[in-house]
Amino acid sequence: MYTAIVFLPLLASIIAGFFGRAIGDKGAQFVTCAAVGLSALLSIPIFIEVVLNGHTTTVQLLTWISSGDAEETWALRFDALTAVMLVVVNWVSFMVHVYSIGYMHHDPSVPRFQSYLSFFTFAMLMLVTADNLVQMFFGWEGVGVASYLLIGFWYEKPSACAAAIKAFVVNRVGDFGFALGIFGIYVLFGTVNFDPIFAAVPSKASVVMHVFGLDANAVTVCCLLLFVGAMGKSAQLGLHTWLPDAMEGPTPVSALIHAATMVTAGVFMVARMSPLFEYSQVALNVVTVVGGLTAIFAATVGCVQNDIKRIIAYSTCSQLGYMFFAIGVSAYQAGIFHLFTHAFFKALLFLGAGSVIHAMSDEQDIRRMGGIWKRIPLTCVLMYIGSIALAGVPPFSGYWSKDTILEAAWGSGTLIGQFAYVLGVAAAFLTAFYSWRLLILTFHGKPRADEHVMAHVHESPAVMTVPLMVLAAGAIFAGYVGHEDFVGEGMGRFWGKAIFLLDDHEALHNAHHVPTTISLLPTIVAVGGIALAYVMYLFAPALPRFLARHFGAIYRFLLNKWYFDELYDWLFIKPAFWLGNGLWKGGDGAVIDGCGPDGVAAVTRDLARRASALQSGYLYHYAFAMLIGVAAFVTWYIVRVG
Amino acid sequence: MIDWPLLSITTFLPLLGAAFILTIRGDALVVARNARNVALLTSLATFLVSLLAWTNFNSGTADFQLVDQASWLPGFDISYKVGVDGISLFFVLLSTFLTPLCILSAWEAVQVRVKEYMISFLILETMMVGMFCALDLVLFYVFFEGVLIPMFIIIGVWGGPRRVYAAFKFFLYTLLGSVLMLLAVLAMYFDAHTTDIQVLIAHSFPLGLQPWLWLAFFASFAVKVPMWPLHTWLPDAHVEAPTAGSVILAGVLLKMGGYGFLRFSLPMFPVASHYFAPLVFTLSIVAVIYTSLVALVQQDMKKLIAYSSVAHMGFVTIGVFTVQVQGVEGAIFQMLSHGVVSAALFLCVGVVYDRMHTREINRYGGLASRMPAYAVVFMLFTMASIGLPGTSGFIGEFLVLMGAFQVNSWISLFAATGLILGPSYMLYLYRRVIFGKLVREDLKSILDLSRREIAVFVPLILVVLWMGVYPSSFLGPMHASVAKLINDYQLAQTVANSASVAVR
Repeated sequence: MYTAIVFLPLLASIIAGFFGRAIGDKGAQFVTCAAVGLSALLSIPIFIEVVLNGHTTTVQLLTWISSGDAEETWALRFDALTAVMLVVVNWVSFMVHVYSIGYMHHDPSVPRFQSYLSFFTFAMLMLVTADNLVQMFFGWEGVGVASYLLIGFWYEKPSACAAAIKAFVVNRVGDFGFALGIFGIYVLFGTVNFDPIFAAVPSKASVVMHVFGLDANAVTVCCLLLFVGAMGKSAQLGLHTWLPDAMEGPTPVSALIHAATMVTAGVFMVARMSPLFEYSQVALNVVTVVGGLTAIFAATVGCVQNDIKRIIAYSTCSQLGYMFFAIGVSAYQAGIFHLFTHAFFKALLFLGAGSVIHAMSDEQDIRRMGGIWKRIPLTCVLMYIGSIALAGVPPFSGYWSKDTILEAAWGSGTLIGQFAYVLGVAAAFLTAFYSWRLLILTFHGKPRADEHVMAHVHESPAVMTVPLMVLAAGAIFAGYVGHEDFVGEGMGRFWGKAIFLLDDHEALHNAHHVPTTISLLPTIVAVGGIALAYVMYLFAPALPRFLARHFGAIYRFLLNKWYFDELYDWLFIKPAFWLGNGLWKGGDGAVIDGCGPDGVAAVTRDLARRASALQSGYLYHYAFAMLIGVAAFVTWYIVRVG
Repeated sequence: MIDWPLLSITTFLPLLGAAFILTIRGDALVVARNARNVALLTSLATFLVSLLAWTNFNSGTADFQLVDQASWLPGFDISYKVGVDGISLFFVLLSTFLTPLCILSAWEAVQVRVKEYMISFLILETMMVGMFCALDLVLFYVFFEGVLIPMFIIIGVWGGPRRVYAAFKFFLYTLLGSVLMLLAVLAMYFDAHTTDIQVLIAHSFPLGLQPWLWLAFFASFAVKVPMWPLHTWLPDAHVEAPTAGSVILAGVLLKMGGYGFLRFSLPMFPVASHYFAPLVFTLSIVAVIYTSLVALVQQDMKKLIAYSSVAHMGFVTIGVFTVQVQGVEGAIFQMLSHGVVSAALFLCVGVVYDRMHTREINRYGGLASRMPAYAVVFMLFTMASIGLPGTSGFIGEFLVLMGAFQVNSWISLFAATGLILGPSYMLYLYRRVIFGKLVREDLKSILDLSRREIAVFVPLILVVLWMGVYPSSFLGPMHASVAKLINDYQLAQTVANSASVAVR
């Protein structure tokens, strides 16, 4: 059972990928859905066994890399953290697989698509069941490749290809840190397996490591390096630029990879490494600040975007920021809880958006939508459910997890925690605002699409709406059902040893005792955000344009996403090509070849030409030269000998 | 079975095949067909014999195994002696594995002088295998230089339009290295009075002499690796060489340098190696970053992959000179992996070159829609090249960086930029060739992989995945030899240190 849950999707992926032509579209869809569905079902008994009965398990498969003291095995680890992720990954993935049957039915490469999806699921499962850092890195890179392939799925579109490369390379920048972090940990602990590392952390907490010319606390260095990896994968400020572009991929992909599962891998990784992060206050503070800034940054950008998927993508980025600052204040449970609820409502929103795009003949710009709620009422209702959950209105799931995070940030009692709280509340206001802006512009008001498109607006088939309803059920109930166990009274028993907390890190305990104003504020600002959206886009539609005109600089700054892409282009991409050309033509061509082989050859040719000039062909020239030579030789002989 | 001279058979069987091909007479078409068949069968038989050598190899010991010896120049204590240890075993296998694939890949691409082509390849195989097996310095030198002759011929006769320039450039670089190395070989003979490699490894050369010997060998090996700034012959040689020539050049010939460092520089001149290690690190790091950037702007597919080879070999030289278990094993593994992966990438280029007769990247685009199988194969090797975990490329790179981090974190930091630059140029290449819309008229009728081409790629794919998922099959036999290498090296450092203290 434990091995099957991971390898079933791989098997399905291979069948669909290599025998797709033989089994046809239907066959590929059946195989992949069946395999992932089976994994989804299996994740429930595993969840019961591991979390409720408290039986953690590790399945050893094979030796992987063994070199010197470095021993890495292929092993599957099942504890509470893994079990939660298994439920999230498998169920969302299953829903997306089924939804894709409807969404991709007119695409010519269905087997390829289903195969990629299943491969992604396999890699993600390897990531969450990893028993050591290197295996986690395997899953980590595996999901990266799956993401690359799926973003670039429509490979004839240049923008899709560019986005795919960007996603992979920016992720590699993060992985660069992750890899160095693994090496650092190996140097510090002599192993990369989780259990021995976690056991040894207390004794190594104050070891000083000489690294990159600095003498720094070893645990802090390792944590920060690992966190760079997490920032890449989870699109945190600075390394976030790939995520909005990743929306070039088909919408089910955005739902599965770029909302519910892969982008949360960074959060998962840091939570998994909680025994390490707990011993580095510096690293935790960095995590908090980066998380808080990302939450507010992405929310501000989300307010002015016009592409329906990009708005949700920035929202994802912002919500990931919440998860990180929860972790930063040592409320790992709250972070994972938000990951859990977010998976449902964000997958719902993306798939709902997909349903809208499907209905609008592939239109993605919300400025050219509007007034379609009567035509697609079910999608509209489902989108509302997702947005309410996202905005954190009680009693939907987002309320429980986001509120806990904000309370924990306040409850940490530190200045940085409260800084994160302020940013988080501001972001909550913006979240509610942009969510309703999206809803109003998409579904209400007057239709802004042309008649041709409007004539085709239709509700999606059941194969697409049923998965949405399942996710909607999660978006409504997951928070209420889960909060006792994830972050409430039962959390000690629930998490077991999967998450480690130092005794004096009590943010989550204090979260239940913060002042009422603090705990009510997020909900109040959310309602305020919704109200503002109604005012601006339904009652006074001239207002946004007025604001954009009068605060043009700010508007353009936000619309251009704080100019990150332009900055990076100017800072890294252009210089790389410029340097490459310079080194090639100048370095290799002029200097190395010029002084080396070509230069030597040129000099040789030159000498040869001069020498050949001496060979005039006249006998008396040669005779004269010979005579001089003989004379010189004789003179030398006489002088030497005599 | 164990007392067969397996290594000598592996070495000289191809030569026998070449001799046999030489006797084929008759109609040109018949000769060509028979020459192909004989060459393929010979190389396959050689591969099978080399597999026997692997099964008979005992991983438990660091000694040279399967040793064959015969006196050659008894008066000078120079003999014919071959044997393998955990370091050289897999290079022999790599050579015998790639040769049949090369011959198969040239099945249709080479139509002129088929007989001579096959003979060259079989002789080349003999030279390569002999070089990796040789346990006598003079024998090694003969094979080491001998490899170049068939390679020159392959580039010079079946090469592209600028083949003379490429050959001359290659010749200039190699000549410089070879002459210096020959001098060093003589100096070593006069110091140790033998050319037996096993004895030489145990012999300690005077401290004053070591740096000179090291530099002389370095000159030769650094050209072969190739290390920056001695790399400029490689792109030209690759561009002009026929596909199979590039495959062997990248797959095996580039490994001669790395192998040389492990077989000679480290064990014979440990003190000098230690002294010069920073130089090697610096050059390697420059290679990784510099050539990656250059690869980014290439317009020619073969040149791009050639430059990426230089970057990948930079990892190898870093790993070797960390003299640290993970570093050295990673370096060997990286060489094996690069041997398979870059060979496969050149074969991938060969596939489209055979169809369109151009390597210009801009002449392609959108191949995925006409050639799905090719797209899959190319993607797999692209991923292996950028070191995706689960493929062979990851293991080597990861172990090297891990080893380097323990020696000096800066090396690891700079070398790890390869993790970012690698995907940049490889995925950019892939995008321009495979992705996009198929707009060029002449590409609209391009055919996907033939059965023969699939037969060439399948073994490579299997090996890449095998090495990535279960590398223990390859790392296991290395352990003992690498451990001995490192032990001896460290012992030599201690002895040298205590000697210098005593002098003071």
